[in-house]
Amino acid sequence: MSLTIDDLNFAYGPHPVLHRLAAGPLERGALTALVGPNGSGKSTLFRCFSGAARPLGGRILLDSQDLAVLKDRERSRRVFHLAQDLSARAALTVFEVVLLARKSLTGGMDLRAGLCDLRLVQTVLGSLDLDGLSQRHIGTLSGGQRQLVGIAQALVREPDVLLLDEPTSALDVRRQLEVLQIVQRVTRERSMITIVALHDLSLAARFADRLLVLKDGCIAEEGDPEEVLQTQATSDAYRVGIHLERSSRGSLLVEPYLSSLRAAE
Amino acid sequence: MTSITLTAVAGYRRTARRRLGLVALGLSVLILAFFMDLSVGPGPATMRQVVGALFDSSGIDARLRLVVFDLRLPIALMAVLVGAMLGLAGAAMQTILNNPLADPFTLGVSAAASVGASLAIAFGWVLLPVGGTLAVTMNAFVFALMASLALFGLTKLRGVSAETMVLVGIALLFTCNALLALIQYRSNETQLQQIVFWMMGSLGRASFEKIGICVVALGIALPWMLARGWALTSLRLGDERAESMGVKVDRLRLEILALVSLLAAISVAFVGAIGFVGLVGPHIARLVIGEDQRFFLPVSAVMSAIILSLASTLSKAVTPGIIYPIGMITSLIGVPFFISLILSIRSRGA
Repeated sequence: MSLTIDDLNFAYGPHPVLHRLAAGPLERGALTALVGPNGSGKSTLFRCFSGAARPLGGRILLDSQDLAVLKDRERSRRVFHLAQDLSARAALTVFEVVLLARKSLTGGMDLRAGLCDLRLVQTVLGSLDLDGLSQRHIGTLSGGQRQLVGIAQALVREPDVLLLDEPTSALDVRRQLEVLQIVQRVTRERSMITIVALHDLSLAARFADRLLVLKDGCIAEEGDPEEVLQTQATSDAYRVGIHLERSSRGSLLVEPYLSSLRAAE
Repeated sequence: MTSITLTAVAGYRRTARRRLGLVALGLSVLILAFFMDLSVGPGPATMRQVVGALFDSSGIDARLRLVVFDLRLPIALMAVLVGAMLGLAGAAMQTILNNPLADPFTLGVSAAASVGASLAIAFGWVLLPVGGTLAVTMNAFVFALMASLALFGLTKLRGVSAETMVLVGIALLFTCNALLALIQYRSNETQLQQIVFWMMGSLGRASFEKIGICVVALGIALPWMLARGWALTSLRLGDERAESMGVKVDRLRLEILALVSLLAAISVAFVGAIGFVGLVGPHIARLVIGEDQRFFLPVSAVMSAIILSLASTLSKAVTPGIIYPIGMITSLIGVPFFISLILSIRSRGA
């Protein structure tokens, strides 16, 4: 029961974005952090997972089944991609937005919302500490609260594969830790395969079971976070030096530095 | 957790019940507006006589029958139906284009209909072999449909984004307006007067055949759109989020565009260009009920139907014996109302 990326190629017109990308197998119940500099292809890889971008070659295998052969609805049921932004212009409440994510699973022809769905929505909202906001319009929320609503949308669909694109980008420090802790917990409890695109290497090292480093559309390094962060390939991908240290609490602290500055010191 | 769960679920259900209540209230106001519309107009008949005739037509005299069933009822029914069609089309358009300024006329459908009607009026050029006054209506409908098909085809060719649809629509609108100016320039005084009157919009051209066609169009479009209620609501969260929820965004846009075109083409062909109704109705609906499309679409239709019914009443009541073009009335009362609506939103936001 795993996810494997096999020789994936993708280009926007003449511009190649993913080049013979291969990774995995990523196991169920494990949280993988996808890191890499801007423009390395993280969001495009996620779009290939969700079917929004069609790869020119290669396969993504979920439990040995090629995602490309799945029907669209089945694919969206099994794989949920939480894109970076949630439009704040809609006159919809938090509860409605999360219920919508649940109801769209079934094709949406049934206009009623059953008690089971309503209870599931509220349980998820409660687990993210959002139940107090359930009747608020999403336009009145802070950016961080909207991120949490997006995560609630993902969780309420109970997918096999959860792809989160920068889920902590608009959150304060406490919320960042809380959200990743929740994602880590539900990944284990529900045996999901979760991939989180992150820029913060310390958060990636702290919460991920596995690290994928992307550079120019290829996997530069893959494996245990502590080992991967010490490799030259990771430093090369970011064009920085990386200093690792364990805190007194046992967490891995990652200090990136510009190589020229460190040499001057 | 249990008590919290029940509280929030109860909160959602309370909101849903309140919305259903508002739908019922809207329908009640619409019925009232419909009877008000019936109570004024050509011929001597009071509200009491009209209602009496509607519920028991066996014992009424021929004159009252003529006034109620031939003169007033078609106009009042047409006001409700065209209002509902324009409101529904405007609401759906605003949702798929993610643009609160969109309405069926934004994309040139109305202007194309006006070109068709003007060609029939000025030069007798008709695309289908239909004679008499129906020729103008038919030509307007065919041109509106052709504009919709052009919009549909060009959008599909270029990629179905909201921006593409608006850009292609604006290009169509300008082309049609230029053609319209050319036709008016080449027309004589009488033809010009007829064209201008047609473009002002009038419910006076209502008939039971047209009412039947409107009922069928609305009967197809409303359930169809409601069946896409969840998908349309998810579109409000952005294309990317909707796609990740399994919504085929491009297909949904084209499907809804086809339905909107049908509604707009029929209403413009039957009553001429009636502006603002398709814009204001959805705005009021959004304010009172939000954008859950299961409620937003029908309430937009009801709100626009109320507005057009009231405008129809006003068009007959201002000067006894004269029916003003309804397109003029809706714009005259629509503009100040719309501005006050925007200001009230601003001040609430502040």
